Amino acid sequence: MSTATLEAQSTDAAIQSFTVTFLIRRFDPDVDTEPRWQDFDVEMYATDRVLDALHKIKWEQDGSLTFRRSCAHGICGSDAMRINGRNRLACKTLIKDLDISKPIYVEAIKGLPLEKDLIVDMEPFFASFREVQPFLVANSKPEAGKERVQSVAERAIFDDTTKCILCAACTSSCPVFWTDGQYFGPAAIVNAHRFIFDSRDDNAQTRLDILNDKEGVWRCRTTFNCTEACPRGIEVTKAIAEVKQAVMRGKP
Amino acid sequence: MTAIEFSDRPRRRGVNLEKWGWIYMRASGVVLIVLIFGHLFMNLMVGDGVKAIDFGFVGGKWADPFWQWWDVLMLWLALIHGANGMRTIVNDYTNPGLVQKVLKGALFAAAAVLIILGTLVVFTFEPCPVGAPADLLPSFCAA
Repeated sequence: MSTATLEAQSTDAAIQSFTVTFLIRRFDPDVDTEPRWQDFDVEMYATDRVLDALHKIKWEQDGSLTFRRSCAHGICGSDAMRINGRNRLACKTLIKDLDISKPIYVEAIKGLPLEKDLIVDMEPFFASFREVQPFLVANSKPEAGKERVQSVAERAIFDDTTKCILCAACTSSCPVFWTDGQYFGPAAIVNAHRFIFDSRDDNAQTRLDILNDKEGVWRCRTTFNCTEACPRGIEVTKAIAEVKQAVMRGKP
Repeated sequence: MTAIEFSDRPRRRGVNLEKWGWIYMRASGVVLIVLIFGHLFMNLMVGDGVKAIDFGFVGGKWADPFWQWWDVLMLWLALIHGANGMRTIVNDYTNPGLVQKVLKGALFAAAAVLIILGTLVVFTFEPCPVGAPADLLPSFCAA
């Protein structure tokens, strides 16, 4: 009976499994001087994600494979990586959306120091994030028992940039950031945008001053790599352009 | 509890050249579209078109202050626009250091020499210099 069910499954085209080859850029700082590509064959279903493949490799083939992941559902922003040359979240990239007739290339995001396999040092990224003061600075106090009131229209201005999950997919896809680690990078500017255009915030001027730096918004080359990379669909380049406009106006 | 230091990058206030560089690129770009296409239209489309261009054609144009200023404006805007664009490419593709300094110095020198020489030529151009041997002068210089 159980054998019959299994046979029925394997003949059903809808749940047919495929052997997918993954080429993963490995780096073990204790052994390697240079990163190297290693290939793994994994049995996958079309509905599986790249993260499932990494799990299968780690759990069944090579336990030393190292990568970050937490929620596995596209919210925590831990598993941004370069898949087939594009920055994506491994947990949001389905096998059926990739061309499995060729190997799938998986490597760490670029522009940040490589630590091991798919893990990079995120500290420079978060240092830029901290520099733009990504928190509400309000000088006024709401009336006792009341909240700070904001209209739907006022909220809509920065709605897009509230979606950021700090996965670094945008910043590590930016060619300016690759060569100049001093550049704030798209993610920091997106998070500055979120507070600069918040009607409840009173510190926009300071943030605009910070981003009017030599390494601030003017380093942006409008290549749209960040918008393309964002797994949350944030229009990053547009947000940066809005910050540029605000810097030129001198106010949000 | 200690307060967290949120900015360790020295911040400079006041005039920011990068900002004005960025604004210059946009502004000069718009003006250059008019200047360059106007230039091409006047030289290639009007009258006899491209066949009309010779020494006399250029000399005639530069006898008119309007075209002198048109060409000088085009020269300055285009060269600074181009040199600044090259400077950003140098910034993007090289790390700070000697190589970057040499490249930027070369860009500045090239743009400065071309701007100065170009401006000099446009405003001092004399197709029929006084006292030049007659066989070196163009035919329209009827003495």
